[in-house]
Amino acid sequence: MTEITLTVNGEARTIEVDPRELLIHTLRERLNLTGAHIGCETSHCGACTVDLGGKSVKSCTVFAVQAEGAEITTIEGVATPEGMHVLQEMFREHHGLQCGFCTPGMITRAWRLLQDNPNPSEEEVRFGMSGNLCRCTGYQNIVKAVLAAADEMNAAKEAAQ
Amino acid sequence: MIPGAFEYYRPQSVPEAVSLLGTHGDDARVVAGGHSLIPMMKLRMADVPHLIDLQGLSDLSGISVEDGQVRLGALVTQSEIVSSDALAQAAPILRETAMLIADPQVRNMGTVGGNVANGDPGNDMPALMQCLDAEFDLVGPGGARAVKARDFYIAAYMTEREDDEILTGMRFAVQTGGWAYEKQKRKIGDYATAAAAVQLTKEGGKVATAAIAMTNLSDVPAFSEAAGAALIGTDCDDAAIKAAVDAMQGDIEPSEDNRGPVEFKRHVAGVMLSRAVKRAWSRA
Repeated sequence: MTEITLTVNGEARTIEVDPRELLIHTLRERLNLTGAHIGCETSHCGACTVDLGGKSVKSCTVFAVQAEGAEITTIEGVATPEGMHVLQEMFREHHGLQCGFCTPGMITRAWRLLQDNPNPSEEEVRFGMSGNLCRCTGYQNIVKAVLAAADEMNAAKEAAQ
Repeated sequence: MIPGAFEYYRPQSVPEAVSLLGTHGDDARVVAGGHSLIPMMKLRMADVPHLIDLQGLSDLSGISVEDGQVRLGALVTQSEIVSSDALAQAAPILRETAMLIADPQVRNMGTVGGNVANGDPGNDMPALMQCLDAEFDLVGPGGARAVKARDFYIAAYMTEREDDEILTGMRFAVQTGGWAYEKQKRKIGDYATAAAAVQLTKEGGKVATAAIAMTNLSDVPAFSEAAGAALIGTDCDDAAIKAAVDAMQGDIEPSEDNRGPVEFKRHVAGVMLSRAVKRAWSRA
């Protein structure tokens, strides 16, 4: 076992892990953060997407030991005590989920996408979200939800200025 | 899917990493982004008792463009390639290719070093590096050496890199003229059914130089000198492009798999090369 320290959703966590342990298992089974899902386990579907050091990654294809010292944000860190994140609100508003299995990965990915590109075109959203699969094939409304969230966030920014 | 157990190392210098490789021999593998190796370990197709993580080696990171030379550290990710403006100036074909590799999350982890060193025929950077006539830098117990991309690949997953060597980066000249990377794939995240890398220059309305390499059409990337030669001195008309495609067919050896039969792959290879030449010429 190897001791590692991760900052997960703003909180430093020191834990013992087996080197062969994948980050998704560490998050779900040791830290009880079960928001990120295990879908395909082959780095295709994106259900396990988390934010690692400011980048979206598929946590089924990263060993926890590789993340030693890193800052991680999971879907649990996207909402605030004041309420849901705008992306979550917009996924609800625009029916961006059906069965909901892909949703944590979709929202965690979109959360980073909108920080990298706060005003994306529809094409940029589709390209930026292309590592996340929805088996209900609900892409139209997912794209609508992300674009609506971008508009809301930009409007809020303008109002604040 | 859980990989077999392994010891994990995170060396802080290249000599330390080389020494670990020397100590553990065949039982050790280096890992950068891990997006080729970790899936293989999960499927138990790769057994790696000692895993040496290169992420702490700052010598292996960064993109530099100096004195007409581009250097990419082995740890440069596909995302860094996509977002580098210096690289987009010096060799825009890199961004065009990296955008066609996998998806955003995978590009955030997958590195150019892993892509070229792994020897997977499906990877895109090997043919591209042959097209650019890049040199790969290797470091081992005996010191450093360079091997041309065009001489590096022996067979699928077999390269000139010795087991105790680390590929630290690659170098190639700043490019001029036109470029294109054309890739046919079934879906995002798939390897190429066929792909073509073309880099050419124009002088007095004629093709002055042309370099052509193909992806996933043999068990190694296929640099086709004959295809390039077929274009040189022509005005890149349809007859010249057809001659280049015919010449390229002699340098590939596709095999049937779930991406299609051999005849189909040869057809798609021709379509990709023809499109790539036309687009490169339009940019020259």
